[in-house]
Amino acid sequence: MKRGPKETEESARRISRRAMLLGTAQLGVMGILGARMGSMQVEQADTFRMLAEENRINIGLIPPARGLIYDINGVVLADNEQHYTITMTREGAGDVDEVLARLSRIVAIDPEQLEKAREELRVRSAFVPVTVAQRVSWEDVARVTVNAPALPGVVAELGRSRIYPQGADMAHVVGYVGPVSDYDLSRIDDQDPLLQIPRFQIGKTMVENRLEQELRGSAGTKRVEVNAAGRVMRELDRQEGLPGADVQLTVDARLQNYIQARLDGESAAAVVMDVTNGDIKGIGSAPTYDPNVFVQGISVALWDDLNEREIDPKLHRRPLAAKTVQGTYPPGSTFKMVTALAALEDGVVTADETIRCVGHSDVFDVRFHCWKRSGHGNMNLNESLKQSCDVYYYDISQRVGIDKIAAMGRKLGLGERHDLPMSAVRSGIMPDKTWKREARGEEWRVGDTVNASIGQGYVATSPLQLAVMTARIATGNAVNPRLVKSIDGVEQPSGAGESLGLNENNLRRIRRAMFDVSNHSRGTAYRSRIAEERFKMAGKTGTSQVRAIVRDENGRVITRNEDLPWNARDHALYVAYAPAENPKYAVAVVVEHGGGGSVAAAPIARDVLLQALYDGTPPLDAYPSAVRGQIADQQRRLSTMIRDIQPGRDTDQA
Amino acid sequence: MSYLEYQVKYVPSGFRKLLHLNWPIVFLITAVSGFGFLMLYSVAGGSMDPWVTAQAQRFGLGMAIMLIMAMIPIWFWRNMAVVGYALALILLVLVEFIGVERNGSQRWLDLGPMDLQPSELMKISLIMLLAAYYDWLPLNKVSKPLWILVPLLFIAAPAYLVLSQPDLGTTILLVTGGGAIMFLAGVHWAYFATVIAGGVGLVTAVFQTRGTPWQILQDYQYRRIDTFLDPTQDPLGAGYHITQAKIALGSGGWTGRGYMQGTQSRLNFLPEKETDFIFTTLAEEFGFIGAFGLLMLYGLIILFCILSAVTNKDRFASLVTLGVAVTFFLFFAVNMAMVMGLAPVVGVPLPLVSYGGSAMLVLMVAFGLMQSAHVHKPR
Repeated sequence: MKRGPKETEESARRISRRAMLLGTAQLGVMGILGARMGSMQVEQADTFRMLAEENRINIGLIPPARGLIYDINGVVLADNEQHYTITMTREGAGDVDEVLARLSRIVAIDPEQLEKAREELRVRSAFVPVTVAQRVSWEDVARVTVNAPALPGVVAELGRSRIYPQGADMAHVVGYVGPVSDYDLSRIDDQDPLLQIPRFQIGKTMVENRLEQELRGSAGTKRVEVNAAGRVMRELDRQEGLPGADVQLTVDARLQNYIQARLDGESAAAVVMDVTNGDIKGIGSAPTYDPNVFVQGISVALWDDLNEREIDPKLHRRPLAAKTVQGTYPPGSTFKMVTALAALEDGVVTADETIRCVGHSDVFDVRFHCWKRSGHGNMNLNESLKQSCDVYYYDISQRVGIDKIAAMGRKLGLGERHDLPMSAVRSGIMPDKTWKREARGEEWRVGDTVNASIGQGYVATSPLQLAVMTARIATGNAVNPRLVKSIDGVEQPSGAGESLGLNENNLRRIRRAMFDVSNHSRGTAYRSRIAEERFKMAGKTGTSQVRAIVRDENGRVITRNEDLPWNARDHALYVAYAPAENPKYAVAVVVEHGGGGSVAAAPIARDVLLQALYDGTPPLDAYPSAVRGQIADQQRRLSTMIRDIQPGRDTDQA
Repeated sequence: MSYLEYQVKYVPSGFRKLLHLNWPIVFLITAVSGFGFLMLYSVAGGSMDPWVTAQAQRFGLGMAIMLIMAMIPIWFWRNMAVVGYALALILLVLVEFIGVERNGSQRWLDLGPMDLQPSELMKISLIMLLAAYYDWLPLNKVSKPLWILVPLLFIAAPAYLVLSQPDLGTTILLVTGGGAIMFLAGVHWAYFATVIAGGVGLVTAVFQTRGTPWQILQDYQYRRIDTFLDPTQDPLGAGYHITQAKIALGSGGWTGRGYMQGTQSRLNFLPEKETDFIFTTLAEEFGFIGAFGLLMLYGLIILFCILSAVTNKDRFASLVTLGVAVTFFLFFAVNMAMVMGLAPVVGVPLPLVSYGGSAMLVLMVAFGLMQSAHVHKPR
């Protein structure tokens, strides 16, 4: 377009004016941009720097090594095992199916696990390692390493897990660990960040559970730089945690091994306690289970098995229960020492006074029978314990009264919850008048006293309590049981106690009677005596009724245990200590539905005591000559279950 | 002025034209591009590949195109304006039908060895056409309503086509750039005031009626606008990117975290770190000094363009130069505002710095026009 000079001037003038306006506006916008930069990069720089660091750095926890558990000789009861896990990443593998196929050709992988891994590889991020096989052998790891070029993305990683070298022997003492569950988290008030680690192992039962805080240790931390996808780029620094404290128990793994072997096949419990200091040397319960299966993840079938899902409840033997502390039983005649001591201390009866047993005793209009229907004749204290006459105790218990008997029982450790670091420790029942009023809302009757005098009725005791009672009678001191010798090398308080303040003469008479039970030809446990002079045993049998009367199909009362169904048979009990002259060990044995104490329980107690006293298999000379052949057979039979346990490192640092 | 009116003695000829180039602009462009190479090298983790080499080749090609265009007299380009616009418009229509779709929008034409983005071509063609239109239009008709309708149609046609691709960033650039040329050409300010007031009124109406029975948009449309305006409402989608961009930028501080030391870009927290969000990496690694320095370089480019335009008596040349300046300004202002969280994310690259062939070439062509106008200034 043709323009005159004037119009050209006008055009340029207008454009310049508008350009200045627009330029000013642009300058303004740039000012805003500059100000925004300044505000973000100068004023808020610290905030954004922090956010950038938070983005960049992840804090990871390093789980500490769990403390080990040793027996009294340094034998490892709970160990940390290093094991190899084969993992694989999707991005590393490329063709997942092909690599998995190659891998399963050289390493045996459980098909179920393989399917799980395949699924996980599909859904997880490409760089997340997925476990393909757990607990693989060193040979497998070697094979994977050698074939590494053909197995891209496959890595053998070192992991750590709990292992119980003693297997089933220690299950009822040490317990087991397992991955922390939501239920655990909801139940325990524990802020430890370690618990947030998936599948972190915590103690579930027994010592592992009760000493969790000591065994666990504290977490270490590592700071790692991650990218936006969460992939770890590098480790910035790490601070190692504190490993858990080692724990030494008072238990002797070899004795425990023997106890479990000896109890095998029964539903029974046995407790061996050092009477001088309360140390629990053995505390076995049968049947038992392998705690290792819980660590590795128990199968449903095995879990149902252990819970006896498929078995008639009448025949339940409760393999998961530690009957030593969780089972309570009427102590039967083993309670007679308590009644006798209460009466002697109270002075209502003297040791020489005789009471006539005619086979029964009438209390008001109720007739109480002696186990020997024909009667024992004239009984003094010694004879009544030796032959376990019931009528004698019916009589003296009415003279002394339940409250004094109960007080004596408590003094000897019954009805008390001895707080060993085991799970669900029961306190049993040591009944008296107050107890009945509160627990049952009824008044105490004389009949209750009569029942209690021979350890029936309301009395309920755990095998541990019976062992404590026996130790206290043997020493006259308030011995307390102790299961943990030291934690992290620090010796735990001894169980040795002060004198109970009982009359030494009375105690001596009781002990003499217990000696006769085992060593007098009329004693109820004479057949299970110890022949070795140095180790003579003093004890007391007990046979406690499970239910009042069982009739057969013709309505006749069944009296012979062998004729009764298993769950209606009497519990067999035996308490003892040895050597009688200078007591070292007290033992209590309960065989559920085992029948008579002298037959079912006393031989076990004898064998266990001898094993403890000889610190190994006793010579046949220790047994009476009549039973030596039978014992030799038994020792041969058990030898397959006795493992050669070597003493470990000396952990006795205290 | 037409070809015949030029007094040949006032216009340099042959290689003498090189001396009359606007050299400060050449240096500034090179400096900014150099900044870009540096950043592309950094975001690649200290490697020439995959971005720096390709970008440098395009820059070399662009520089050559710019110099060749600068040698060609400005009146030639004015005569090409209508042809260029028509071509660009035809290509835009073609894209509608045979375009290649990427990332959900259809912007590219497959030309065998390279892809062509007609909307980029349109950015320049529109400036040229509007400048030529106002060069042709007598001054006294500039503010007449009928003569305003024509440029509005020129703008609306490509804007509609680009918006339907969809490419909101380019649409904004076209509309704002076109409007700016109309403003520069001297269209009465009352029109702009009316449009701005109308726009404000419409936005107010849309939002004021929200929640009332006579609301203008549907509920989901409001929600879409909400996330568009404030991405933090969608913390895992758009909000995540803008949040990470702000963290990168802010954490740079005064002097930055050091070249190749930016954790946000190094660890992939930043989105599109080599293209639209490259400014955040720069700000993270060079801090306020680097970021503000780049802003200053851009400002100087604008300043030299304006100076060249206001000293140019040729109406077409002047308007084209200012149009290039405005487009260039819109590029970096929208991009920076976007990554700093001042504006919604619309997908505009940082000029000369972001990786991308089309944008680089279009800018160099634009500066070629500007240089041509500068060289062939009537003196």
